[in-house]
This record gives sequence, structure tokens and C-alpha cells, in this order.
Amino acid sequence: MHALPAAPAPAPRRQVLVGTAVTCAALAALFGGMFALYLRLRDQSLSASGRWLPEGVSVPMVPANVMLCAMLPIAIFAQWAVYSAKRGDRVHAGVALWLVALLAVAMINAQVNIYERMHVPAVGGSFNTMFYALTGAMVALLVAGALFSAITAFRYLGGRTTDREVVTAHALYWYFLSFAFAMLWFVIYVTK
Amino acid sequence: MTTTIDTTASNAPSAGTGLACVAEWLTTTDHKRIGRLYIVGGALAFLGAAVVAVLLGVERTSATSELFEINALSQLFAVERFGFTYLGLAPLMIGIALAVVPLQLGARSLAFPRVAAAGFWLWLVGAALAIYSIINNGGPNGGNTRFVELFNLSALLVIAGLVAGVVCLATSVLTTRAPGMNMRRIPFFSWSVLIASLALLIALPVVAGDLLFSWLAYRYPSPDNLLSGSQAINDWVGFGFSQPTTLLFVIPVFGFFAETVATATGQRLRPRGVLFGAIGLAGIAVLATVVQAPVTLRPAFSALNLGDKLADLVPFALVHGLPLLGAFVAFALVAKNLATRPKLQSPLVFAFLAALLALSAAAASALLHVGDAELAGTTFEEGNWLAVVFAGVLAAMGAVVYWGPKWWGREMPTRPMLELAVLTFLGAELASLPLLVAGFADQPSAVFPALSANSNAVVNFAYGGNPSLWNTLSAVGLGLVALAVLAFVAVAVRALRGEANAAIDPWNGQTLEWAAASPAPADNFPVVHIVSSAEPLLDLRVAERSSS
Repeated sequence: MHALPAAPAPAPRRQVLVGTAVTCAALAALFGGMFALYLRLRDQSLSASGRWLPEGVSVPMVPANVMLCAMLPIAIFAQWAVYSAKRGDRVHAGVALWLVALLAVAMINAQVNIYERMHVPAVGGSFNTMFYALTGAMVALLVAGALFSAITAFRYLGGRTTDREVVTAHALYWYFLSFAFAMLWFVIYVTK
Repeated sequence: MTTTIDTTASNAPSAGTGLACVAEWLTTTDHKRIGRLYIVGGALAFLGAAVVAVLLGVERTSATSELFEINALSQLFAVERFGFTYLGLAPLMIGIALAVVPLQLGARSLAFPRVAAAGFWLWLVGAALAIYSIINNGGPNGGNTRFVELFNLSALLVIAGLVAGVVCLATSVLTTRAPGMNMRRIPFFSWSVLIASLALLIALPVVAGDLLFSWLAYRYPSPDNLLSGSQAINDWVGFGFSQPTTLLFVIPVFGFFAETVATATGQRLRPRGVLFGAIGLAGIAVLATVVQAPVTLRPAFSALNLGDKLADLVPFALVHGLPLLGAFVAFALVAKNLATRPKLQSPLVFAFLAALLALSAAAASALLHVGDAELAGTTFEEGNWLAVVFAGVLAAMGAVVYWGPKWWGREMPTRPMLELAVLTFLGAELASLPLLVAGFADQPSAVFPALSANSNAVVNFAYGGNPSLWNTLSAVGLGLVALAVLAFVAVAVRALRGEANAAIDPWNGQTLEWAAASPAPADNFPVVHIVSSAEPLLDLRVAERSSS
């Protein structure tokens, strides 16, 4: 009787990293589609009335630019965590992960500051609801990112130092988020 | 990263009946159970939508509203379209893929099974809320703003649940294959699931993004907001409910067709690379969803100058031509093997008819977007959409017959299943073909009915042709499909209540799932197999024949 040869159970091929990449692709499609519709309606509105931003609303560029600038250290710290994890440097990896989480919280704070200074009423033209939908979705991703950083840090500091793949997946998520925020910054805050 | 596989679930005794059994299903991480939850949920939702579709079909045989209040019509058409597509077709296809793909890959579990389970419950809650909101005058064209808002939110939940499912599927195919199973050795069905998953991973979030905009616009309505208003969902999210977006759900039909033909003929399907490429081409239809607007050839296309012609033709060829070419090549390459007189197995009949229907739907979708055909806004689109949905449902029925032994340990009776396959196909053709014909006769689409200004007459149902003939035929076809699916469920339930009778490999299959016990245990395989070709079980049979 012939039978298929057996093997020891293989380790999954970078399952967390691939899963994160696939999820990032879906999130990229979500934001891409939303940006496309935002720009389409903006174009329509500008052609019809010459105006897109509601009257009296101005974009506070300082917190928006600070948020964009914060993405650079976030990416660097995320990569620092990967580098440290590969070298088995638990302290540095932990510090890097907590710094990423801290900056994520700072970004959420900056977004709240933008909401308070812009005073965009929820009821109004297409810009109003689209602004809150896009920035709200970004805040949700930032919250998820902060949680991801905290969980990764707890896991790593708790002794699961062989979980390097999770640290790499964490970095990938923040690279994606940096890119997505750069797009958001350009579409919402620069082109207005 | 090290991974340990917990086999305690398979070794643990069954929790018995009652609450323990319910808890076991609620918290399951067994991909076969999660898949079955999707399948049962999708089948129930499909039957519900089918009943609504039959009633609407009867309603449409006359231009004046008789069965329903005028205001209810819009909601019912919304139930039909949303119900068939996102509550019926989508969970059926994803459920079958979840239940089968890890077995085919030789994996002992799905990637992220808890995410997949959470996706199902998210889908279920979203589906229940969507139905509740439509009953309360919500949904597209709805009159109650609060419930339209709730519909948008629930549709978001439904899509989030489906995305969770496809993320797990794509990750599983990419990371959990058996040793030796490189990408060229993946079974055809798993490959088609990977293509469909990647395409849906791009398409569904785009639909979700527009729904998010629409939800906020309804929550904070304003006349200045282009995204609010009763037609907004149709205007801005309509592409997610029509072709070619819906075609993405039926890409696995071609993979299933290839599996059943290979099994029934006992041959290795070749050339694998071309077949993989053809199925992959079908996934390019996702580009139509990404642009969020119909990609069409303008009317009077032949009179355009070369630059304008190219500006229309290139995107049209990309979005409609290549997927159609892919579907045709995949169908033709697989179907040519039928010349070798395969065994008449009921899954083969289901798969052949489903693939035929899907191919014709892809062709009709391309034709729909030719401006000179003047089919946009007619019932042609609706007939085309019905063909897509029924192709998926026909394939899902066949898949339950084919892979059912691995889930339930029971085989379905052959003769009734053969008859039901033919009956469902006839019903599907009868439901969609008359609408295609009526579309050529310019019958306006009744998907979102419009009312006459001075009376209760539904403008869409009245046109210069013969509405009663085509609409009656279509209604009969819808009834036939509903009855056939109901009969299928009855036969399947009867078979499942009988003794476990399935052999390990009842069809003489070629791929790894047929090496697992029937029904497969929670962790699928007691040992992980090494694979050295795309048809490992066929290799074994050949080796056994040559040694004997």
C-alpha cells in the first residue's frame, strides 16, 4: 500500500507578517477609494461654486505638519525595534516600541487639536462629513497602531523574545500608516 | 517565530448537546465549522431573498402596483439586490472556501481562525441589522433617515465581516501550504480562491469607504451634501452591487470546475500555468471597482477619432475584455477535457453549468458596457446580475455535494442532485434570459423603481414591449430556482440525518483533502504530508497500479 510521505509540522511561513501586509493592502484600498471620491466631489464643487471649504473654516497647518513630521520618528523607532529584536536587545526593543506608542498617542492628540481649531460643523456640505470620515478613519487606525505597539511591547518584554516576526509586522503596519497619513495630509490639509 | 499546533480540540470528546454544543459552535476555531456557519447563513439569506424576488417578479408582471404598497417596492428591490449579493452569494462562496482551502493545502488549520470566526459574527449582526433597517423603510431609496443610516452602518459591518474572511483565505494560501506545495502545485480551487480573495480585498474596502461617507452624510444630513439624499446610496455605492464587481465573487467557480473535471476524468489538467493565468486574468475586473464608475465604450464609438477610441478602448479592454478572455480560456481549457468521456458525477454537472453561466454573465457584463448597445439602465443589467448570482449559487450547491463528505461524513444521493443541478440551471436561465431579452427591447431597469408623478403606477414597469411575457417568464424562473434550492436543502438535510457513509475518497480525487478522514477531524490531518506534484493522490494511484 502506497502512502503519502509524512513530515513534521512546518512552521507557518511568516503568517503574521503576510496577514499584516494583506490587511494593509485592504486598508490602502479603503483610503484610496475614499480619497478618489473626495477629490471627485471637490472637483465638482469647485467647478459649480468655486468653493470647497465651508465659509470661515481654515486649516491649522501647524498641528497637521507636526503630525506628518511625527511619522518619520515613528518609522525610525519601529525599525529600531526590529533591529534590536534581531540582536536580542530586549531593553532597546522595548524602549523603541513604547516610543512608537507614545508618538501615536501624541498624533491622536494633535488630530483632536485640529478638530477643536477648525470648528467644522458635522452638518453642512460634502466637505464636512468627508473630512470627519477620512480623519476619523485615520484616528481609528492610529488607535489600532498604538494598541499594536503596546501589545507587541508587552509580548516582547514579557519574555517572548523569539517573536521577532510580530515586531517586523508592527513596523510594516507603521510604514503603511506613515504613507497613508502623508496622502491624507496632502489631500485634506494641503490641497484643501 | 515558533508555532505549536493544539490538537486537543480534535482529541477532546464532543461537548454533547444543548448549551455546551451551542458554546462549542460559538467559540469554534475549526475552519470547517466556520465555513459551515457562513454556508448555512448564506443559504438562509439566499432563500429569504429568493422569496422576495419571486414576489417582486409577480408584482412586475403588471405596470400598476398590486401586491405591495408603492413605498415598499424600493425597499424590497433593495432587499433582493443586497440580499442576493452580500447576504447570499458572498457568504456562500467565502464559506465554502474557508471550509475547503486549508484541507486542500494540507494545512492543519486556517490562518487566523479567530479572525475568520469574528468575521462571520460581524457579518451575521450586520445582515440582521440590514434586514431590520430595510423592514423599517431604510436601505437604498428608503424614506426613514434613521434607518437608512442604520442600513449604511449594517452594510459596513457585513463588508467588514467578509473582508475578515478573505484576509484569512489569502493568508492561508500564501503561508500554510504543505511542504513541497509550491505556488504552481496549488489546487485549482485554492488558486481561484486566492485570486478572488486578493481582488475582493481591494474591491470591498472601496465599497466600504463610500458607505462610510454615505453613513455620515445620512447622520448629519444637509441639502448641500452631495452624499445625502434618498438616491445617494444608488449613485455613489451602486457600483458595489452590480457588474463587474459582483463577478469577483464567482471567480472560484472556474477553479471548482477544474477540480471536478480533473476528478471525473482522472487526468492531470494541463497546461497548469495557462489555466492559472486565465483565472488570474478574471481578477483584473477589480479595476472596475477601483475606479468607482462604469467603464464604457461611448455611444457612436465607431465615429470617434483614433485618440478618443483608444481612450475608451484601452480601459474597456482592461476592465471587461481581459476578465472575459480569462474566463473564456479557463472554461475552454477545462471543458476540452470533457471530450474524454468523464464519469457522470453530480458535482461535475453542477460545476459545468455554473461555469457556463458565469462565462455567459461575464460576456453579458462586457456587452452591457458597450454604449452603442444602449443596454445601460435596462433590465439587461438585472438579468446579467441574476446570472452572476445563480452561477455562484449553483457552484456552491455543487461544492456542498463534492466536499460535503469531508465536513459531515455523508455522501449526497447522486440522482436527485443531478436533477436539481439541471433544474436550478434551467430556473437560472429562465430568470435571467427574459430580462436580457427585455433589456434589448428597452425595458427600463426595475432595480430602483421610479413612480409616475400623477399616479401610483411604477414608471419602470411600463414600456413599449411586452412586460407581462418577459417578466412572467423571469418570475417563473426565480420561483424555479427558489424551489430547487429549497429541495436541495431538504435532500441535503435528509442525507445528513442518515448514517455516516462517506469513504475517505469517494470521488477518486487528486488533491490533499481526499487524504483526510471523512469527516475530517478538527486539525484535519494526523500527520503533515509532503507533496511532490500538483496531484499527489493521483500519483499514489498510478504508483499502486504500476506496482500491482
